[in-house]
Amino acid sequence: MGELAGEKHAAYILKVEKKKDNLEAVIMEHLRINGAYWGLTTLDILGKLEAVDQETVISWIMSCQHSSGGFGGNEGHDPHLLYTLSAIQILALFNKIETLDIDKVSSYIASLQNEDGSFSGDIWGEIDTRFSYVAICSLALIKRLDKINVENAVKYIVSCKNLDGGFGCTPGAESHAGQIFCCIGALAITGSLHYVDKDLLGWWLCERQTKSGGLNGRPEKLPDVCYSWWVLSSLIIIDRVHWIDKEKLVKFILDCQDTENGGISDRPDDAVDVFHTYFGVAGLSLLEYPGLKAIDPAYALPVDVINRIFLH
Amino acid sequence: MHGRPRKPSTPVDENASSLKANKLKSLQSQFLHNHHNKIYTEEALKINEKLIEANPEFMTAWNYRKLAFEDRIQALIDEELRVVENALRKNFKSYGAWHHRKWVVSKGNTSTEREIGLLNKFQQLDTRNFHAWNYRRSIAELKNIPDEKELKYTTDMIETNFSNYSAWHNRSVLLSHLMEKKVEGYLQKEIILKEEYEFVRNAVFTDPDDQSGWFYHLWLLDQTVKVDMPTLVSSWPPHGSDINQVTFPIILYFDEPVEGVSSHTVTVQTENDIFKNVTWNPLSTNKFKCAQAWMTHLSIPHEEVNSSKKVQVKVSSEMSDGIISLSGVTSSRPWSFGFTVSVCQNPQPAEGQNRRLSYADESFCTVDTNSNSAGLLTSYFESKTSDYEQSTSSKWKSEMIATEIDQYRDMLTWAESKKIGKLTLARLLTAYDAVMSTGAPDTANMEEVLQLYTELMKLDPAHNQYYMDEYSLALLKQVTSNKESLLKYCWQYKESTSSNITDSLCLRLNNLSLSRIGSFERLLWVQSLDLSHNELHSIEGLEALQLLSCLNLGHNKLSSFMALDPLRFLKSSLKVLDISYNEIGAHTIDTRRYLCSSPMSHTLDYDSKFEEFANGDANLVNFWDAYSIFGGLNLTQLDIVGNVAVDERFVLFLAKLLPGLEWLDGEELN
Repeated sequence: MGELAGEKHAAYILKVEKKKDNLEAVIMEHLRINGAYWGLTTLDILGKLEAVDQETVISWIMSCQHSSGGFGGNEGHDPHLLYTLSAIQILALFNKIETLDIDKVSSYIASLQNEDGSFSGDIWGEIDTRFSYVAICSLALIKRLDKINVENAVKYIVSCKNLDGGFGCTPGAESHAGQIFCCIGALAITGSLHYVDKDLLGWWLCERQTKSGGLNGRPEKLPDVCYSWWVLSSLIIIDRVHWIDKEKLVKFILDCQDTENGGISDRPDDAVDVFHTYFGVAGLSLLEYPGLKAIDPAYALPVDVINRIFLH
Repeated sequence: MHGRPRKPSTPVDENASSLKANKLKSLQSQFLHNHHNKIYTEEALKINEKLIEANPEFMTAWNYRKLAFEDRIQALIDEELRVVENALRKNFKSYGAWHHRKWVVSKGNTSTEREIGLLNKFQQLDTRNFHAWNYRRSIAELKNIPDEKELKYTTDMIETNFSNYSAWHNRSVLLSHLMEKKVEGYLQKEIILKEEYEFVRNAVFTDPDDQSGWFYHLWLLDQTVKVDMPTLVSSWPPHGSDINQVTFPIILYFDEPVEGVSSHTVTVQTENDIFKNVTWNPLSTNKFKCAQAWMTHLSIPHEEVNSSKKVQVKVSSEMSDGIISLSGVTSSRPWSFGFTVSVCQNPQPAEGQNRRLSYADESFCTVDTNSNSAGLLTSYFESKTSDYEQSTSSKWKSEMIATEIDQYRDMLTWAESKKIGKLTLARLLTAYDAVMSTGAPDTANMEEVLQLYTELMKLDPAHNQYYMDEYSLALLKQVTSNKESLLKYCWQYKESTSSNITDSLCLRLNNLSLSRIGSFERLLWVQSLDLSHNELHSIEGLEALQLLSCLNLGHNKLSSFMALDPLRFLKSSLKVLDISYNEIGAHTIDTRRYLCSSPMSHTLDYDSKFEEFANGDANLVNFWDAYSIFGGLNLTQLDIVGNVAVDERFVLFLAKLLPGLEWLDGEELN
């Protein structure tokens, strides 16, 4: 089996961070703050977070905050829950959550909860369980879960539970590993996992492992490294991860590395990107690959960061 | 016309008036022409505006403006829909594009045919595009397209290509709705299931490796087996038993987690109404007060303790609105059970004379079938579930499953790929036993189930541990299926160390390669349990065994203190615990963390008193987990050697936490 080229991946991330003018960077400008979260968390898992200038990052993040309290994907962009979570997560990594005006951010997030408990991503009203996760995770990290109606939020998520045990974007939507992670994560954070049929969902999830050892996101689809996070973290949260072949998955992730130039791709020999680099490394951390910091499967941040927040 | 003075008109006036009249007439006729020809250009609107200013009472003119407004909106809508369609051609999985379309459609009139037409196009290009399916569902709701029509669409899609999980999924959603809403033609579950079983069989038999039908079949099976409401399946004390404890728990064990068990919904009756203020507690970690097992602790009041008297106790539930399942179904069938309590005082165990309890083979001898404990076991199995629930045994269920069993047995004779056939057959045999409400499961079936899982472990090694867990559950079902098989695993202690403990039977389930435990409803009587030398990484469900005082989990795979969370509920009973030679502290990832009480899941507050105990120790997390589990347990004997987390400092920490501890890792403490 190959090895994790940790140094190369750290160098790749730092390189991407600096390149702001090529096509790839420009086309991703609208979600740069997500990219920052993926990159920085990967560096922390690899034990290389000090390579980044904390102050520069934090001041740029704060510049992405909108007058409403929410954060945009980049400076001058409209606010949305997706970017707000990344902002909070990055500040948590640096142990600088106190930089935030907690009341302002939490009010923004809470204002997006609807009567049925669901969350809109922003003022334009798109509803999706991804946003339920984002809202719950964000508020939990800044210790303001009390600002929303948790019972209704849980009720809405449970209404998106399907007959195969999985979860979709909205009630009746097909089960998808990404949505499942969001729902399971949100239910975990709110102590509501008793609503989950762990055996039924666990079997659906473990059957995501294909012959190559990689995981797909739903039946009859191709494996992709990002599912090493979404499927894996869900399995860990419900304690069914022993139902997959962990070694085969490790091998699949390692095979998706570009060991020359750094970075990890969705499938072996495809082009690399920061997104898949993060999910590959985070997946390996969940699989207890040696030398990596442990990552928390529900909050998607290193365990020591979570312990620092909740065990004091 | 009001308020105009009467005065004769001058020629100048008349001229001005007739000019005005002509202008107005021209405007009116142009306007009417535009109106009748549905002309809504900017120029036409300006004409209308002039007219309206001159004559605001001209209703038709206002009507025209509304029509013009709607027309402009329609133009805007059409433009937006065109832009969205173009964007979707570039990326038909864009959340932003699909949401914008949904938003635009909500603003005004759109043609159902157009939207369905667009969807059909996209869904043909990619039958699994969930954005399209989601959008389809929202259009169906908006335009009131009947469920039956959408059901037919899924039939068509599946018949074209059965490898369409998205279509199967939508089918399950629609059928559930139709059955739930009791729509005409969908009232008889039996008939629907029969058709669906046949429908899915084609998919599974054509390509057994394609997963599309597997999960649908599992859903059908669940629909076949499931009982319509939550049911009490077991209790401690068992119905018709006689116990002799002054203080004892009552355990209610349901077939699924329920809420609402309280003194309003469950009554505990005795002759002299001796039990006041009975409080029921859910045996679970969540704050939502729901659990599969509920319990209360009762004490015979001092005045009633009398050597010749037996107290008759009846526990019953009559109220229909009380006990509810997680999905909101009320348990409306009444149930009850009764037992007697002999209230002679038990001799107190000699203080401080406790010898260390050992699980070595030499410590045990075979069970005296005349002993009290064996008698209790007998009454457990003699009280059949028919005392708790009057289930209406539906013949169609067992017949339907039997048909499926035949089909899948047949499939295994000709299919090359055996995995789904064997797995489904194992599930069908288990389901068959579940619906046959007549007592003990079929031994031949249970043997076959164990055999199938053994074969599956070799056939599909990647999912080896899944089959191992299923095997363990099936094995325990077999072991606990009747008194004879269970007694084979029961042993008596040879010597007494403490009369409370050694009078009881020890259920020894060691060295069975168990990776998982279950069948708790048949184990509520257990006081001493040996699960050592197995493959357990979780003891979930053990919290129901409220009589447990000795537990041996040595030589297993417990990989964190959180895995011991169920022991929190055994505070009052557990005295002897062995968790030696496990993997606590050897893992960086804790798979039990979110299933147990912890501050991260907001099910337990951080207790700052912990910091006094830990004394500023570096290895905070392990100590916190241990603190929240062990703090509160009243152990007299503990074995923890052989775990990475256990070093000298930790042992000192534990000793502080457990002041009543007499034996630690085989050494007597002072």
